[in-house]
This record gives sequence, structure tokens and C-alpha cells, in this order.
Amino acid sequence: MPNLPKRKIGLISCSGEELPEGTVTRRAVRTVLETLRPDDTVTLCLPLFLAGGEGERAFARHYPTIAVDGCPKRCAALATEKYSAKPAASIVVSEIAKEKECAAIGTARRLNEAGLRLAETVAERIAADTEKLLNMKSRGR
Amino acid sequence: MTRKIPVVPCSGIGKSLGAAAREAAYILAEDLRPADAKVVALALLVLGDDEARREVAGRAAVAIDGCKLECAAKGLTDAGAAEVRKVAVFDLVRRHRGLKPEGVCDLNADGLKLARASADEAARIVDEIVAEDGRA
Repeated sequence: MPNLPKRKIGLISCSGEELPEGTVTRRAVRTVLETLRPDDTVTLCLPLFLAGGEGERAFARHYPTIAVDGCPKRCAALATEKYSAKPAASIVVSEIAKEKECAAIGTARRLNEAGLRLAETVAERIAADTEKLLNMKSRGR
Repeated sequence: MTRKIPVVPCSGIGKSLGAAAREAAYILAEDLRPADAKVVALALLVLGDDEARREVAGRAAVAIDGCKLECAAKGLTDAGAAEVRKVAVFDLVRRHRGLKPEGVCDLNADGLKLARASADEAARIVDEIVAEDGRA
């Protein structure tokens, strides 16, 4: 068993390069990691996860993860389930964009103001799910 | 109509070099060679998305990787690319010793310079493939 950090939630973003929603996943996850919940989260690199990164896969087998996907294809959630375990929570940016009636969010390369606001909203949703999962873990111990 | 050459960046989320790889792919496909190159999402490709695989199968493709693990190149090989030509951002940063790339969502100026250098290398590769295809 690898030496794993304690009480952390793994965040896996699809980072989809073709869609602006993929860029939103990436920005939102980094915001949670760097600003909102830096002590409670780690990011798992999806390309590495898919390429067989054993450290990433082992983490996702033993610790709760939140999959953050840009579109309904849900690559991050499916990959996590396929190679490790079902994510404890799953967020799809296109669904949140619909809820918020957020239409044009820029391009995959450059989000516009609406895209940046959407990334903040998604980050808050991830942070809230992180809180829930950490509370569940605490109660479970 | 001639099909565009698939370009896959690693987009690693943990390091600036992954961000530079991603940015390089956009510079290539949007600014330098918009008629010849197209970004294909690595996650879709590796998870077996039919459309992404059709873009790559049996063709020459360009991988832009941020680290030595070369996830993009491996993903292209596994997806059936006939030939994978590599841009190694981790090597390029050694060749541009003055550059200190930082940031993931927002690359600093050095990160953007590294992305541009990577895109220039990728553009040279795209030109070679186009010439070999006889469609230049």
C-alpha cells in the first residue's frame, strides 16, 4: 500500500481541451486546491490516471474523490470508476451552466467574464461537496 | 477536403509545464496552423470516444507533453495513431534556460513564452507531415 496522505479529498477534472467547459473544470479545481480548501484537497492528474499512474489510481481506490466534468460524456467520472472506484461526488459543468442560465462562456483557450464567474460557482460547489465528504468521513470514524 | 492533423496536449493539471503544453496546442491550432491542425481531447481519446478515435486512428499525430511520463504520446499510440511525433515541453524548458514558467490556470510571461516555443516546434512538425502527405 503506498504512503497516502490523510483526510484528503481527491479532485479529478476532465480538463477537456476541446470545450470551454473543460477549461472551467480546470480553473475551478485549481481554485479549490489553491484558495478554498488547500488543506483538504489534492488534484489527481487525469491524463496520468488514464495512462496508468499507480499513485493516482491507488489514491482514488482508497480515498473519496470528486469528479468534475465539462460535458455529459463525463470522462473524469467514468475513468475514475473504471480504474479505481466510483467517485463520491460528480459535478458536470454544463448542467450547472444550464441551472445558472449561463450561455456564452468564451473559448477553451480564454474564458470570458461569464466563464470565469461560472468557474467560481463550480469551485464553490466542489468546496461544498468537499465539506460534506469530510464530515461524512469524520462521522464514519 | 483534407483532414486536419490531430494534436493532443497532456493538459496535466499539477504543473506549469502541462499548462504550457495545453496553451501550445491552442497557439498551434488557432494562430499558427489553423488550416492544418486540430486539438483533440486526450481524455475522450483514451476513454474510447468514437469521434476522437476516428480523428486519430491510422494517422500521423502530434503529442505535446509536459512531463517525461508522456501521457499524450501514450494515449495517441493506444488510440491507434499510425505515427506519433512528439513535442517535449520538459526538454524545451531545458533548452530555454532563462525561462521560469509558473501558474497553471494563468501562465506567467515565461510560461507563455515556453508555450510559444513549443507551438513553434509543433508547427514545424505539422509542416513536415503536410509535406510528406503531399498536400502542401
